Amino acid sequence: MIKKGKPKKVLILGSGALQIGQAGEFDYSGSQAIKALKEDGIETVLINPNIATIQTSEQFADKVYFIPIKTEFVEKVIEKDKPDAILLGFGGQTALNVGVELFDRGILEKHNVKVLGTSVEAIKDTEDRFLFAKRVNEVGLKVARSKTVTNIEEAIAAGKIIGYPLMVRIAYALGGLGSGIVNNKEELVDKAKRAFSFTKQILIEESLYGWKEVEYEIVRDRYNNCITICNMENVDPMGIHTGDSVVVAPVQTLSSHENFKLRSIGIKLIRHLGIVGECNIQYALDPHSDDYRIIEVNARLSRSSALASKATGYPLAFVATKLSLGYNLNEIENSITKETSSCFEPALDYVVLKYPRWDLQKFKAVSTQLGSEMKSVGEVMSIGRTFEEVLQKAMRMLDVGYNGFTVNDLDTKITDDLLAKPTDKRISLLAKAIEEGYTVDRLHELTKIDRWFLFKMKNIIDLQNKLRKPKLEDVDAELLLEAKQKGFSDKQIALLTNSGEFEVRSKRKDFNIVPFVKQIDTLAAEYPAQTNYLYMTYNGKEDDIATKEENQTCLTAGQVIVLGGGAYRIGSSVEFDWCCVNSVLTLGKLNYKTIMINYNPETVSTDHDICDKLYFEEMSLERVLDIYEKENPLGVIVSMGGQIPNNLAVKLFNKGVNILGTSPAKIDNAENRHKFSQILDQLDIDQPEWNELTNLEEAKKFADNVGYPVLIRPSYVLSGAAMSIVLTENELEEYLKKASDISQEHPVVISKFITDAREIEVDAVADNGELYCYAISEHVENAGVHSGDATIVLPPQRTYLETMRRVKIITKEIARELEITGPFNMQFIAKDNDVKVIECNLRASRSFPFVSKVLKINFIDIATKLIMGQKLPKIDKSSFDLDYVGVKASQFSFTRLKGSDPVVGVEMSSTGEVACLGDDFNEAFLKSMLSVGFKIPQKGVLLSTGTLKEKAEFLEELKTLRKMGLKFYGTKGTADFYGESGIEVETLHRPFDNQEPGILSHLQDGKIDLVINIPKTSEKEELDSDYLVRRRAVDLNIPLITNLQFAKRFVKSLRKYLSGELHVKSWDEYM
Amino acid sequence: MIKQKAKLILEDGSEFSGYGFGSDKNVTGEVVFNTGMVGYPETMTDPSYCGQILTFTFPLIGNYGVPGKERENGLLKNFESEKIHLRGIIVSDYSFDYSHWNAKQSLHEWMVDENIPGIYGIDTRMLTRKLREKGTMLGKIVFENTKDELSFEDPNKTNLVGEVSINEPVEYTKGKKKLVFVDCGTKNNIVQAFLRRDITVIRVPYDYDFLSIKADGIVLSNGPGDPKMNPVTIENTRRAMEKGIPMLGICLGCQIMGLAAAANTYKLKYGHRSHNQPANESGTKRCYITSQNHGYAIDSTTLSEDWREWFQNDNDGTNEGIIHISKPLFGAQFHPEASPGPDDTEFIFDLFVRALN
Repeated sequence: MIKKGKPKKVLILGSGALQIGQAGEFDYSGSQAIKALKEDGIETVLINPNIATIQTSEQFADKVYFIPIKTEFVEKVIEKDKPDAILLGFGGQTALNVGVELFDRGILEKHNVKVLGTSVEAIKDTEDRFLFAKRVNEVGLKVARSKTVTNIEEAIAAGKIIGYPLMVRIAYALGGLGSGIVNNKEELVDKAKRAFSFTKQILIEESLYGWKEVEYEIVRDRYNNCITICNMENVDPMGIHTGDSVVVAPVQTLSSHENFKLRSIGIKLIRHLGIVGECNIQYALDPHSDDYRIIEVNARLSRSSALASKATGYPLAFVATKLSLGYNLNEIENSITKETSSCFEPALDYVVLKYPRWDLQKFKAVSTQLGSEMKSVGEVMSIGRTFEEVLQKAMRMLDVGYNGFTVNDLDTKITDDLLAKPTDKRISLLAKAIEEGYTVDRLHELTKIDRWFLFKMKNIIDLQNKLRKPKLEDVDAELLLEAKQKGFSDKQIALLTNSGEFEVRSKRKDFNIVPFVKQIDTLAAEYPAQTNYLYMTYNGKEDDIATKEENQTCLTAGQVIVLGGGAYRIGSSVEFDWCCVNSVLTLGKLNYKTIMINYNPETVSTDHDICDKLYFEEMSLERVLDIYEKENPLGVIVSMGGQIPNNLAVKLFNKGVNILGTSPAKIDNAENRHKFSQILDQLDIDQPEWNELTNLEEAKKFADNVGYPVLIRPSYVLSGAAMSIVLTENELEEYLKKASDISQEHPVVISKFITDAREIEVDAVADNGELYCYAISEHVENAGVHSGDATIVLPPQRTYLETMRRVKIITKEIARELEITGPFNMQFIAKDNDVKVIECNLRASRSFPFVSKVLKINFIDIATKLIMGQKLPKIDKSSFDLDYVGVKASQFSFTRLKGSDPVVGVEMSSTGEVACLGDDFNEAFLKSMLSVGFKIPQKGVLLSTGTLKEKAEFLEELKTLRKMGLKFYGTKGTADFYGESGIEVETLHRPFDNQEPGILSHLQDGKIDLVINIPKTSEKEELDSDYLVRRRAVDLNIPLITNLQFAKRFVKSLRKYLSGELHVKSWDEYM
Repeated sequence: MIKQKAKLILEDGSEFSGYGFGSDKNVTGEVVFNTGMVGYPETMTDPSYCGQILTFTFPLIGNYGVPGKERENGLLKNFESEKIHLRGIIVSDYSFDYSHWNAKQSLHEWMVDENIPGIYGIDTRMLTRKLREKGTMLGKIVFENTKDELSFEDPNKTNLVGEVSINEPVEYTKGKKKLVFVDCGTKNNIVQAFLRRDITVIRVPYDYDFLSIKADGIVLSNGPGDPKMNPVTIENTRRAMEKGIPMLGICLGCQIMGLAAAANTYKLKYGHRSHNQPANESGTKRCYITSQNHGYAIDSTTLSEDWREWFQNDNDGTNEGIIHISKPLFGAQFHPEASPGPDDTEFIFDLFVRALN
């Protein structure tokens, strides 16, 4: 159907790098939007520097710009491509903010660009707290009592009127940045000060701590049809950010009256606001009456809408796009049933639970307390037919070492305080508290979690007590089935019965206790579903779909399983989703039936139209085997989803699963440090000296031998002790004492750390041991910065040809030795022309999408074809010869992680990345910097440039900065040093001096808009002082650089910017 | 509570085993399913379910207990009638523990009080798929160690409406405008919808000669079973329609209007029982989400010249309402009073009230 007056060319704004509060969900919604537009024959132009996304792949938008999502850049694209409409609701808060600015500056009007869907006026009504409250009151609905204030004095006055405790909220902030509860005037003043550095106004409101928190996803078309697609209830009550809450869908503790009352209120408000498309409304609901408050409306796709889409099977982003083109709801087909329309409210016959994934242990000094600021970096979603089942499944999916809700190795001592003050460990602590005899009522008092959820948790513990038997034989079929129905894994049962996981497995199979496959069909079986969106449960007696029998007769080449990447976490996120999706798409083209297993609701790979069958399921050994046995596929691809599938390879292989690609034995050779080291020695390939040590004396001796600094890597333990570089014997001793109990079971690996060396990365694909294609990239930072945090440039800019040749030869040798078929990644360290191998992974890596898109050669497509035994012609060498440069930069989320030390090091801490292209290194670098939030300094730079040698190295760059008219600030040492070279640096006092003019007050007063702080010593006081400066910079949102090579490159690229040469060119313009 | 095994036996011989809760009485009835995710206290007291064994497709039932028996205008506020009309319920995961500020007892306790059995631990999705494929079936709930002596009985062949209607007229006095309300097994909230609009309601038995009462309008309520089982009501309705008295029929009431207007009705394969049925309003781009509970429908192709299809189901195209081309006669197949369900079509009451003169 052709819509009258629909646009011809639409500009879509993406969300940029993944960061806390804005993650993979926007790749999913943007990709859906593009599909919906293309189906209507509309040309699409996408701006998104997040190169690892699906939406920025060839098959999606017609034109892609890897440039910063900033008003001035977007304007240039508008001038150049002349779109007649723009979509603002698919790139999170980033896109929305830029959209509002484009509108306010008259840019959209000037170029005749129409905003599709919800109008900017309506967006503003929802974004500005004051306007929002006014609009809500207009239709007689309730918001929390509040007052908007623009300065500290007003804040104090408002606090007096409303009364403490108070909630402090900040407008236009993603993920509740800077918001929080304050209990008194002092806390209020402190919070307000911080907030006013980001924004002109903040909101002081009544605290609804302990109320139930409920969300509805609502869609509305331009004919005023308005429906709710999904409702969700937070297990954690008000006070904890939704993004950090465990959430169930549909709501579980609300009566029909409350449920439909909130639905009606939502619809009334959404109609009044005039939303067209999709939005999310959040409520607080009094646990003692049906009183409510409307918390907020997000007039765009959100994390919750992605979750709701996955929870219900209703493609919210796709439908929202169609509605914004002018379709009405019942003109859009229900893509699951293909029979009914999109104008209906899904009925679920299962329950869904979302659990956030935190990575707080990766950060130094961070607070683990949860509150109104989001801290999680990813999430998992589990599907089942009892609450107990989904809770246990979800906790396993997190991949943080939990066996489920219970049977976990926790040595935390439970206290009332610990339960009352939620941290990232709260739910697991509840299990222990129940075991220790805490009653449901007492737990409810302490946590405000609804008793119903606590009863269900208690059910799990009660059953655990029944299961605790001396022998597995003592468990009868009925009890075993009940355990499985309540989500116990074979491993949990084994641990409770002194048996092994596979003993439990074979026993239950003897009893005929196996999980069944159920479909998600949006209509609770009322209509047949045409889509294989699947989950498994023990709360059932039949499979919804034919599995094995059908497969044997199907006419395709057979079925192939691809294992996904699991929850986004630091070190593994959207890049692996890109790999999985591309692999599945290639398999489809090769005529294989594809089965995807993954459980991350923020991904494109869990979109049911990507593969033939989607199992939204655990990626445990147990569950993958269950699926394998049901489906009887040709084999499993484990090299696309990152470390989770990689770790399963050997275990699956040992159980008779056919692993496609490189043999699991070889994977083990690369994964096992000892075996790999031996192989390198045999091949005469150099590696940094290392040893695995089990006591302090040996460790000292080894470090003495190879010479400091050394890199220490504790063996994997749950506490997550971090990797570290130590400079002296004292540090070594101190580290080993506090970081881990070094012992026979928990050895540490110590290796020689090579200073002033470059790091080089190779992403490659091989075919039966023959290197097929490869990309060599180089880190901007010297070795010592984790490859996931480093800035990476392709092709290399400073590496000698001889080094490149060595790297290539080694890569070839390794491929041959490990008989690699498929993707792999190697990391090298190079100093002069000396090349050492530091790591090798026989799987796709984080940088595969980056190199694939920069080179315009899809490494995953190639890898998948080779894995499936296809023969491919050689790639023309000139394809690797580029006339442009790609730079990948990391996005950090330190601002959100209160207290964390914002310094990059050997442990990865970035949450996302971008990559930009440029005609030269500097251009690409600067675009990347701007894309991850750097701003061009206009006022002053705070300098703390490391050692004397480093200070001297930075002299040239300071001259450039001076030409830009910037003022310099520094401590006395810095000022004296640069003073001698004729560069004036104003002296400021360090935090502990407690003297003015001080660094902290200058930062606070906005006189400094760039902080260069290179950590140099290990002296405690200086470390603490530096930490305070870095932390303050981050809290005030002032760009911070902590690496010298990076700082130098930044200044060099600024020089480029001064000559005004940042080109806005689309991907296809780089030839 | 000791686990007691129980099973559901269908007329095709298939059996579903689970555990009993509520009363431990064996029962027989027509097995149907409802896909609503909340609202079991309202659903279970809806008289339209009379004679049926209901399967809840949502697996977690009993979470928020059962509310108290407060009254408003003399009618129970939290329930749709005075008692549970279902013969039994089938669920996947019954929640023995409940939590809600408004709850007074557990679902189990309430069902014991009302002598209604339930089974949990059933693959309700499997059962639903079966009913979808084969159509609604007769079935019975049989507890372990009891004698299975009940035979399958089709409730649609009995006078279900007579069972659930009132015996004597009742007047709910409000404002000047007056309605005759024909109770074929009404839900409380339909009566309440008018009382809240300040209209006096005279509620009469289904077979009452309601033309004998002078009123501004007539409402035909919802109710259980086959509409053709109510010839007296149909005939009274036909006479009333001739007079052009404003009339609103809901659910069974709508079907009775259809039959009175000489259209035909038929049994749907497995009916519409849910809170999410999309109904398109003919001639507009509006689509409403409606709450429904019916096993029969009007065949809109048999409507005479004077009648139009008012609403149509967006999923399967079946009739969801009829309207007269000139007289104020309205029939809605769905439940505008919701409860449980979305209140999108509440406007139908306003429309009808405006038509009273």
